[in-house]
Amino acid sequence: MNAAGFPLLTLLTFLPLVGAGILLFIRGEEAVVAANARWTALWTSLIVFALSLILWFSFDKSTAEFQFVELHQWMPEFGLSYHLGVDGISVLFVLLATLLTPICILASWESVQSRVREYMIAFLVLETMMIGMFSSMDMLMFYIFFEGVLIPMFLIIGVWGGQRRVYAAYKLFLYTLLGSLLMLLAVLTLWYMAGSTSIPELFKLQIAPSLQVWLFLAFFVSFAVKVPMWPVHTWLPDAHVEAPTAGSVILAGVLLKMGAYGFLRFSLPLLPQATEWFAPFIFTLSIVAVIYTSLVAMAQEDMKKLIAYSSVAHMGIVTLGIFSMNHQGLSGAIFQMLSHGVVAGALFLCVGVVYDRVHSREIARYGGVAKVMPVYGALFMLFTMASVALPGTAGFPGEFLVLVGIWQVNPWIAFFGATGMILGPCYMLWLYRRVLFSKLAKPEIKALLDLSPREYVTFAPLIVLTLWMGIYPSSFLSFFEASVAALLARHEAAMALPRLAGM
Amino acid sequence: MNWTLVLPELVLAICGLLALVAGVIPKRDTSYAINMAVLGALLLSGVLVLVQPEGTAFAGQYVSDAFTKFTKLLVVAGAALGVLVAMDWNAKQGLAKFEFPILLLFSTIGMMIMLSANDLLTLYIGLELLSLSLYVIAAFDRDNGRSSEAGLKYFVLGALASGLLLYGASLIYGFSGTTNFDRIADAIGTAEAVPFGLVVGLVFVLAALAFKVSAVPFHMWTPDVYEGAPTPVTAFFASAPKVAAIGLLTRVAAGPFGDLAGQWQQIIILCSLASMVLGALAAIGQTNIKRLMAYSSIGHVGYALMGLAVGSELGVRALLVYMAIYLFTNVGAFAVLIAMRRNGQSLEKVEDLAGLGRTDPAMALAMTLFMFSMAGIPPLAGFFGKYFVIGAAIQGGFITLAVVGVLSSAVSAYYYLRVIKVMYFDAGIGALDARPASLSVVLAGTGLFTLFFFAFPGLFLSAAQAAVAALVG
Repeated sequence: MNAAGFPLLTLLTFLPLVGAGILLFIRGEEAVVAANARWTALWTSLIVFALSLILWFSFDKSTAEFQFVELHQWMPEFGLSYHLGVDGISVLFVLLATLLTPICILASWESVQSRVREYMIAFLVLETMMIGMFSSMDMLMFYIFFEGVLIPMFLIIGVWGGQRRVYAAYKLFLYTLLGSLLMLLAVLTLWYMAGSTSIPELFKLQIAPSLQVWLFLAFFVSFAVKVPMWPVHTWLPDAHVEAPTAGSVILAGVLLKMGAYGFLRFSLPLLPQATEWFAPFIFTLSIVAVIYTSLVAMAQEDMKKLIAYSSVAHMGIVTLGIFSMNHQGLSGAIFQMLSHGVVAGALFLCVGVVYDRVHSREIARYGGVAKVMPVYGALFMLFTMASVALPGTAGFPGEFLVLVGIWQVNPWIAFFGATGMILGPCYMLWLYRRVLFSKLAKPEIKALLDLSPREYVTFAPLIVLTLWMGIYPSSFLSFFEASVAALLARHEAAMALPRLAGM
Repeated sequence: MNWTLVLPELVLAICGLLALVAGVIPKRDTSYAINMAVLGALLLSGVLVLVQPEGTAFAGQYVSDAFTKFTKLLVVAGAALGVLVAMDWNAKQGLAKFEFPILLLFSTIGMMIMLSANDLLTLYIGLELLSLSLYVIAAFDRDNGRSSEAGLKYFVLGALASGLLLYGASLIYGFSGTTNFDRIADAIGTAEAVPFGLVVGLVFVLAALAFKVSAVPFHMWTPDVYEGAPTPVTAFFASAPKVAAIGLLTRVAAGPFGDLAGQWQQIIILCSLASMVLGALAAIGQTNIKRLMAYSSIGHVGYALMGLAVGSELGVRALLVYMAIYLFTNVGAFAVLIAMRRNGQSLEKVEDLAGLGRTDPAMALAMTLFMFSMAGIPPLAGFFGKYFVIGAAIQGGFITLAVVGVLSSAVSAYYYLRVIKVMYFDAGIGALDARPASLSVVLAGTGLFTLFFFAFPGLFLSAAQAAVAALVG
């Protein structure tokens, strides 16, 4: 039953919606509405975050079972139920979503000036979708939240985005929608087979290997677009560049994790044979992603685009880890997802800080920023180091574990995957040099002011987490230890079956 | 004779006749009072449908069961909404004639009769009563060339369809010896080999009904009529009569010709596939939002027919739920179209919605919900419609239908998104005129339905379940 004693996950999921509902009824002058909207949204997200800390403290790390489970009838004759719960794999992502939302709201405090109320509503709805997605134990609910994310995200990019926002919003929406619709076919097929969409029920299914291939492909299209994997990653740079800062943060921080989470939640446990069968294919795509997008990142002249491509490369490492199908690889992949959520989010915030002041993302417009903004320079350095996986920062344990895991599969894959750790510093340090060092010549850069108190507050939790995850990763790894072990045990058991059957 | 069974139709007809008289006698403008009276009559007959006992009347020509109850309630609701959204528009266009709501009322009687038809002749009478009323209201803006053209086009093509229907009915009568649905079913069930003429007759009847639901390839009239007719009339065309025609098609296919499923399934599958694809592709280039909605409705009919094509109980049930969701979402979207008016001029271009997100956030939000719902994005109502229909297709092994369904759904998302893009992303060109209270009520009602369908799907699912049981059992 529920360890919290009350429907915690329901509260977490729907409290943001309550906040959004309150926002709808704020009346008055535009400036007053804007101020009230900001504070209401901030308080709502902070309350949600505070509530979500219960998960951190009372989650039982010793078991792979779902916890904080809530089960209600929804459409019983169709086997659809309102089923929430978290296990070791999903619990930290719920926390990541609840942490990043208040940060995003703070980051938009001054940079968003038009239609503030609508903006805050969109973010709160987005938070509901994210939390709901990570805590769904019913596949249809998962799908609803997974695709529901598109509605607020489309509006955030399209309304508050940059020059080519319409193109970017469309691209994001249609790419992801096409992928998800194919997943819908897989969901319906599984629903038909099991008579239920409850995830624990689905886990009992034995699916014929020939059907597994088709289902895997349907899931793969959807998740690969969301991860995003090469070559369906092209929506991401566009979306990142055009999105407002906070939109990029949430996109990199949480939304990119939805695809990888989908692989972990559905593809691996439900389709073990197909997973093995497709693993080399995924490895190939991942390695291409790591090397190719790293090289592409090097050629970028737009800061956000550069970080966007680096995200694709980092997610390539994640998919390598997921399909290595061993303990180190999987743990590393999950850890990398979390750390990338924190670090890439922070990097986009860093870009947002100077963008708010100069209104340009073009690298050439900057130079010598560290001389006028020393604190900012130090922060950017920390997150750059974390992004290139310097030991002691959040980026290191994940990548290291993935490479250890993948080495056991095939040293060559590990070799190519590791090139990402060499190319990463190339573009990241080069970016850092061009923006923060080099010569302080431009007058508009000379006039820059260092971080404001609000920005300190925004960055503080991310700094703490980046160092904490780097120095003592166990406090995070321990959450999914049992779940990863259970996932692997399941996989091995499933793989043993057909061999016994003489396949 | 079982007069009490037809009480809903009877009451409605008497109210219609009384309203006609009441409209003519006074010298002053009576349209508002007649509108209200018609709304009252529709409400009353809705209640009567709800309590209507089950059974047959007039020697088996008329049937009342859970299926007729479900579809008739939808039709009555659609007609009431049609009256509601038209009131203010007609007044502003100088079309506030009392005949308008009365014509809607008579078309509603026609729809109810055809839904209760258990005989090819009852079917024909109901369908013609509906069609005649529709021909007139399509040309209701009689001084407007496009409206007259729409009326005439609809009439000529509709008459052709009626001819097909009659010809098909006569063939069926000739080869089965009866026009009664139950006896046709018996004749087919007991025949050693189904006569070829019967199948030909069935094809004619299906073609005529496909014309009424505007399924491809019998859809050609739809965009022109939708564009030319006054907007509230288009709103009505796209809602209640469509639900009634789909209901009738379902009844005819699953009832008397249930044993011939192998024959009609191929036709329906083809219509469904073609409608989905054409609805998705042809709407992309439209700039007139009424034409866009016309193609969108063709696409939706394709999805609904998918439920029938599958030919399973789950499929028909999905079809009914789909049509219920379609009805309310569609009326809501058309309420926005009707409210599109600047400086007293009625507008029809998609671009005219530009900046609505700023000038009228509430209506823009409602329209966003309708568009996302029609695109099938969860958690809105339209998603569940598609979910059950495609689920039924997969369960029945119709993978092609399911795949084409999701692909055309992705394509159609493009033009639904365009409406949202215009409202929110484009620079505004001035506020629309204030919308009347009647439209606000409709918008709020349908908007809440679209948004919160996920919370009470059981209501519709179980009603649809009972309806299917009546149809099949």
